[in-house]
Amino acid sequence: MIQETVWLISLSLMAVITAVFIYVAVNSSKTVPDFEAVQARALSFRAKLFWVLLVAGVIIFIATTQVLPYATTRGEVTAGAVEIDAVGKQWFWELSQNEVAAGTTVIFNVTTEDVNHGMGIYDSEMRLLAQTQAMPGYENKLKFTFTEPGRYRLLCMEYCGLSHHTMIIPFNVK
Amino acid sequence: MANESSISPLDKSARYAIVAYLGISALVFVLMMLLGLLMRMGQAQWLDIPPHIFYQIMTAHGAGMVGISGLAASAVLWYFLRRHVNLTTGILWANLVFFLLGVVLILGGIFLGGYGGAWTFLFPLPSHGLDVWGTSGAASFLIGLLLIGVGFLLLYLDVGRAIISKYGNIGRGLGWPQLFGSSTDFPPACVVASTMVVIINIAGILAGAVVLTMILINLFYPAFAVDALLAKNLIFFFGHVFINATIYQAVIAVYEILPEYTGRPWRVNKVFLAAWTASTFMVMFVYPHHLLMDFVMPTWMLLMGQILSYLSGLPVLVVTAYGALTIVHRSNLRWDMVSGLLFVSMFGWAVGVIPAVIDGTIAANQVMHNTMWVPGHFHMYLIVGLVAMLFGFMYYIAQNGAPKLLDKAAFWIYLVAGTGFCMNFLASGQASVARRWAVHLPEWVGYGHAASILAAGVALAALVFALRFLTHMGNARTA
Repeated sequence: MIQETVWLISLSLMAVITAVFIYVAVNSSKTVPDFEAVQARALSFRAKLFWVLLVAGVIIFIATTQVLPYATTRGEVTAGAVEIDAVGKQWFWELSQNEVAAGTTVIFNVTTEDVNHGMGIYDSEMRLLAQTQAMPGYENKLKFTFTEPGRYRLLCMEYCGLSHHTMIIPFNVK
Repeated sequence: MANESSISPLDKSARYAIVAYLGISALVFVLMMLLGLLMRMGQAQWLDIPPHIFYQIMTAHGAGMVGISGLAASAVLWYFLRRHVNLTTGILWANLVFFLLGVVLILGGIFLGGYGGAWTFLFPLPSHGLDVWGTSGAASFLIGLLLIGVGFLLLYLDVGRAIISKYGNIGRGLGWPQLFGSSTDFPPACVVASTMVVIINIAGILAGAVVLTMILINLFYPAFAVDALLAKNLIFFFGHVFINATIYQAVIAVYEILPEYTGRPWRVNKVFLAAWTASTFMVMFVYPHHLLMDFVMPTWMLLMGQILSYLSGLPVLVVTAYGALTIVHRSNLRWDMVSGLLFVSMFGWAVGVIPAVIDGTIAANQVMHNTMWVPGHFHMYLIVGLVAMLFGFMYYIAQNGAPKLLDKAAFWIYLVAGTGFCMNFLASGQASVARRWAVHLPEWVGYGHAASILAAGVALAALVFALRFLTHMGNARTA
């Protein structure tokens, strides 16, 4: 799951930063006779750190952008996909179909008749699997393959007024 | 670095204005934190808050926090920049008047007019209140924001005028002759940061004013069509720039005060100038990372959002946070509330970069966008970063002296509860808890319990900070 990966990476990197700050705070009461020398070493290390972070950023960027969720909206056709119209309204979802077979690739044509909404696909354990925004005057196409049978739910992911939190609709995968 | 004896004194009016800015900010921070606590208690099902009230509170909390952060941060900029350029005290007061007028209209719009369309006023929600709010409530809120924008625009125009008067042009304020030439006559860090803020905030406020005006016209004349995607771009450009500018102003306190405490100068060099010039552009062009789930946006803009999200973390981590660490390391630092809160603020800013950068990754954003992960990262920036910076500045201005036991207790509670509160947000975000839900699903409620306790700790500590400032305002620095 992406969430677990993201969480582990975040905790690890945040822990490193925390450790550095604690180290500096703990040692702040000490003194060094020659600050210029300390600063020169720090600047030298900073240059290396900059390049390491830059190279890491480039690698992560390339690795994470190989598959983007935008192709279907740009017109890419997926053979065998089932198209379902999903229209957000204050405060309910209107789906042209609310059940598919496991293994089906669905393309949700997501739009709205009033304000901005967001459509998030949640699995039976309430784990968010994918989402897109529903915008007045626009149609976002969200492609998702339901590999597992189960009782999924579609939740509103963009604040849309009084009953935003009630915009939930079941979606069954047999 | 300047000591008080070598700089011109603040005239009485300017001193009162700075104290007024900070006193109002201290109070409003605490009040807004209490509103945040109410929301978390509602989500924890410890309080029965009707949804329309919850969303009004949410709107007030968001608008209030963003606005007051802007006000307090501008006081930091003004206080230090006046040591280098000739600012207009009357404009400082005018901004406060516009701000207070705007606040009255915003509060009226929310609590009398029923407006609960969030501080982001995403078009066309202001005109779709259905039975909850009407045109007058929405209009009052939007006009209130517009008035606050007018005040800030005046302030930043005056700051820009003063920098140009002294340095010749905006590029020199950013240190471009030194960055791209051989001159080593670097402008002070405060001037560089202020110039950057002038550029981005004038652009941001103007974009905000344009979209607010468009929505207001649409509110009264629905035939005036507004493109929802254009409005969204303008809103997020304005919102992203304005809230980021708060921390770029407040960090001036770190640049000016930490050197006083450590006796080590904050060196302005080419790397520093390059970082601020890069940040100037990145802060303005990174905003599409808020729109990664708007698939109809041009792909290049969305990819640019991810790239700039990554790059914009570099100046924060490698220049500012790293610089602060270098200055403090083995410096025999005198720890008190000022140095402690400023040091913590650098931690909050640096550590908040991580979840922010991750959320700016398209693949991650698809399962993190508009979950609690988002408030998790920006609360880390704001509670542990920005607000700690601002309270540190308040202690500096009020000259509270050696910290008392109450101060120390509040400091540790703020740090631990603040960090814990933000980590709770992040944990619930990774568990897919949706943001801005008045009523949480049963499986989400547990996060609200812990968050409520931690939020109470943060608010309590902030109350101590605020009271310490309010009771020592008379002792405010005179230069």
